[in-house]
Amino acid sequence: MVDVQLWVSLRRFADDQSVVTVEAANIREMLAALVRKHPALEPIVSGGVSVAINGEIHAESIVAAIPPGAEVILMQRIKGG
Amino acid sequence: MALDQEKTKQFKYIGTRPKRQDGVDKVTGQAKYGADTYQSGMLHGAIVRSPHAHAKILSIDTSKAEALEGVKTIVTRAEFATDVTGDNWNILENVMADKTALYDGHAVAAIAATSALIARDAAKLVVVNYEPLPHVTDIVDAISEDAPIIRESSIEPNVPEGYHKNITRRYECGKGDVKVGFGEADLILERDFFTEGVHQGYIEPHACLAHVTPDGKGELWCSTQGHFNVQRVCADLLGMESSQLKVTASEIGGGFGAKTTVFIEPVALALSRKANRPVKLVMNRSEVIRATGPASSSWSTVKVGMKKNGTITAAHGTYRLQGGAFPSAPSESPAQVTFAPYDIEHAEMIGLSIMTNRPKQAAYRAPGAPMGVFASEQIIEEMAHELGIDPIELRLKNAAKEGTKGVHGPTYQRIGLIETLEAAKAHPHYSTPLKENQGRGVAVGFWFNFGGATSVSMALSLDGSVALTVGTPDIGGSRASMALMAAEVLCIPYEDIRVTVADTGSLGHNDDTAGSRVTFAVGLATIEACNAAIKELCKRAAGEWGIEPEAVKWEEGFAVPSGANAGDFAPLSLKELAAKMNTTGGPINGHFASSPSGAGPGFATHLVDVEVDPETGKSTVIRYTVVLDAGKAIHPDYVEGQMQGGAVQGIGWALNEEYVYGKDGRLQNTIFLDYRVPVASDLPMIDCVIIEVPNPGHPFGVRGVGETSIIPPLAAVANAVSAATGVRQTRLPMSPPRVLKGIKDKQSHG
Amino acid sequence: MSKQVITTTVNGDSVDFVCDPRESLLDVLRDRLGLTGSKEGCGTGDCGACSIMLDGRLVCSCLVLGVEAEGKTIETIEGVATGTQLHVLQDKIIEHAGLQCGICTPGIIVAAKALLEKNPDPTETELRYWLAGNLCRCTGYDKIIRAVMDAAAELRKVA
Repeated sequence: MVDVQLWVSLRRFADDQSVVTVEAANIREMLAALVRKHPALEPIVSGGVSVAINGEIHAESIVAAIPPGAEVILMQRIKGG
Repeated sequence: MALDQEKTKQFKYIGTRPKRQDGVDKVTGQAKYGADTYQSGMLHGAIVRSPHAHAKILSIDTSKAEALEGVKTIVTRAEFATDVTGDNWNILENVMADKTALYDGHAVAAIAATSALIARDAAKLVVVNYEPLPHVTDIVDAISEDAPIIRESSIEPNVPEGYHKNITRRYECGKGDVKVGFGEADLILERDFFTEGVHQGYIEPHACLAHVTPDGKGELWCSTQGHFNVQRVCADLLGMESSQLKVTASEIGGGFGAKTTVFIEPVALALSRKANRPVKLVMNRSEVIRATGPASSSWSTVKVGMKKNGTITAAHGTYRLQGGAFPSAPSESPAQVTFAPYDIEHAEMIGLSIMTNRPKQAAYRAPGAPMGVFASEQIIEEMAHELGIDPIELRLKNAAKEGTKGVHGPTYQRIGLIETLEAAKAHPHYSTPLKENQGRGVAVGFWFNFGGATSVSMALSLDGSVALTVGTPDIGGSRASMALMAAEVLCIPYEDIRVTVADTGSLGHNDDTAGSRVTFAVGLATIEACNAAIKELCKRAAGEWGIEPEAVKWEEGFAVPSGANAGDFAPLSLKELAAKMNTTGGPINGHFASSPSGAGPGFATHLVDVEVDPETGKSTVIRYTVVLDAGKAIHPDYVEGQMQGGAVQGIGWALNEEYVYGKDGRLQNTIFLDYRVPVASDLPMIDCVIIEVPNPGHPFGVRGVGETSIIPPLAAVANAVSAATGVRQTRLPMSPPRVLKGIKDKQSHG
Repeated sequence: MSKQVITTTVNGDSVDFVCDPRESLLDVLRDRLGLTGSKEGCGTGDCGACSIMLDGRLVCSCLVLGVEAEGKTIETIEGVATGTQLHVLQDKIIEHAGLQCGICTPGIIVAAKALLEKNPDPTETELRYWLAGNLCRCTGYDKIIRAVMDAAAELRKVA
């Protein structure tokens, strides 16, 4: 089980939860599970998000593994310039 | 590819300062930039632009223009694809107007003719029938009651009901409960800050040459930070298969984030396709300032609570950025970045993206962030002064470190913020006494840094030299850094490695030279591509010696038996192995592709002393010191170059530069005479201190540096001017009239 | 307006070209003579990227008309090196990393060379004011100034 932390303005799409718990071994599974649980998150997820796992930011990868007990943070996708 | 602890102990090539291999081309004028190419039969393009800030386009009459001798074709939005959606739709709408001109300078048509002068003359003959609409260019006006609404369909689902319809995004992050945090504070300070739009000011205007042939294939030469991205976007906008479009990146005369998108490239392609001739299209300076992608103007409201001892108890920020007539202002950036350097329990950070009748904003190094830090780092400094605490000490007291949960969400791994603060504190600059009318400012900054999709190839030549092929344009000396990393891994002289930036047909996908990613991600791929070649070299040596490949290792540029048991064989050099490679198994190449994570955040502390003339309000930068954690400086000269360049851009942004829009919504200052960037006589030397707290995510510890370097300077300079004048500087630029008025107001009101 | 035939000397060579009277000398150098080392950064004489020497005087070639070149002597960045021997300024700019993107570099070298031929021992302030007409957006000028001061010192040794 993975506890996914949502950024504040995302919570209204997830029944006002700040943390959503899902079953997932990697980012792809985690995002899919989030959307299944809270379909209102779909446009945000498909628009592109970044995910920080134990402090390491995965800007676009969906294959990165999520170790058990990891800190998982959903982040708005940032671009550099 | 984690940090190689062994390697970090002693480098042979990394950290040295050799000459860059493209240096001779650049000092002799031989290097070819966007406008330096010519093709027989080529036409010259010119663009017709709206003189209105907001207007319906009722009709476009091209007949007089077409009749001018030498005019070969004219395009409008009709020549572009009609099924474009999402980000690309916004890009297309900006590249060429459809039914509405959205800003002064918005392209509405384009012409290709046999000479640049004829094209320019013809542009004046195109008759566009406009119906002007109410316009708004100021960010505060744009969200007031009677503002014209730019485009409701751009509003994102994250904007709650009841918000002004020119707000397209509402982002919020944070932690804890700021009500509790402010309740614990002994001192609370809240202020509003305003910055104006600025241009990245690269000296090379956008330029390209496009050639589309009747079989639907296209070739494009352009000045860009990322030609793979250009390929993808242009193909979409033209309704082409991207595989049919080959893009070659010219040398680039500066980009700073603004050349990560397209403005004239799709237009040149459309003209070429219609005319069946190559078309060269070059912007002039006025077009660049008026109609490319400046950085957002902003309005930030920041409130901080502190205990008497300087502990930050709460922080609240609302960062408003305007992105032009498009929903693209990166308001989530200042919300995440401004308080990232601090360990705070309670924080609430909001970002709002707003639309105006201005051109579509583009990144200026770290997109959206410097404006917010201009606000947050001034509040921090002002409170430090009020509490009688040294500004660096206060930051050290609250500094984020490994294990701190950032305001933006993730918990930090190993970072170097504290090291930069300590080095700044110990620097002679910080203890140099100030004279009359002088003030000192401090500011810190954070940037995420990025990895990004990267493909690198390397190939051995028969003479043992190495061809290293990358797909990221070299903006600031990256060829040298890649060659240094390859030299380090292969243990061969730096001079034996030649780096080429390949076109889109010759290498796998590469994201742009942006996001401070190249030394990290392209470097990492270079290292791994060389490791792949080393594996093959060892295999060839093993074959020659009749032992297992695992029994061979690479040492100091030679294949050697890995231990006494492996056998007693004389080492084989890379040159020797390369010379016979075609007979021992074939050519030896190395490839590596990835979208690596582990970029490792960057932190910096900037110190600046400014002298303000109390009679004119003119500020002169007396001394500037940049302290930056680069993780590992591959080529220190070019790391320093980023530190100095970012600082000076920040100085210009802070003291002089601003977009001036008239009441008619037209940009008033479109040339360098009136858009005043820093010149050599404005500035002192910019001292650099490179801190190296290795990034665990890179084999040599590299952290990106290009964007971190522009985060602190606006605030640092504002803190210095505020200290020199005794007036908090809440508006940029701190131009002489503005600063003088502040001084006079203080004198009369006390 | 009809085109004109112009005869001039560029980097020591006698050269003829045809141009529209509205073309700038910069346009002519680049588009008609293939000398693309001089760059157009602004077209209004503010950035110095098009710096050349015209009869021994440092000018912005974007502010000179092509037709004004008749009978004059022009030196561009392409003529600064002597054969395969780089000028000391060129060597020092590379050595000190006094360039990042390199677009301003030709103009800076032409301008710096003009100064050192007039004043072989400028102070840092004199040099900064002389180069105030050459915009650089990448470097913040620090390494450029160091490179030119070092080149000046080197040239004084040889003189």
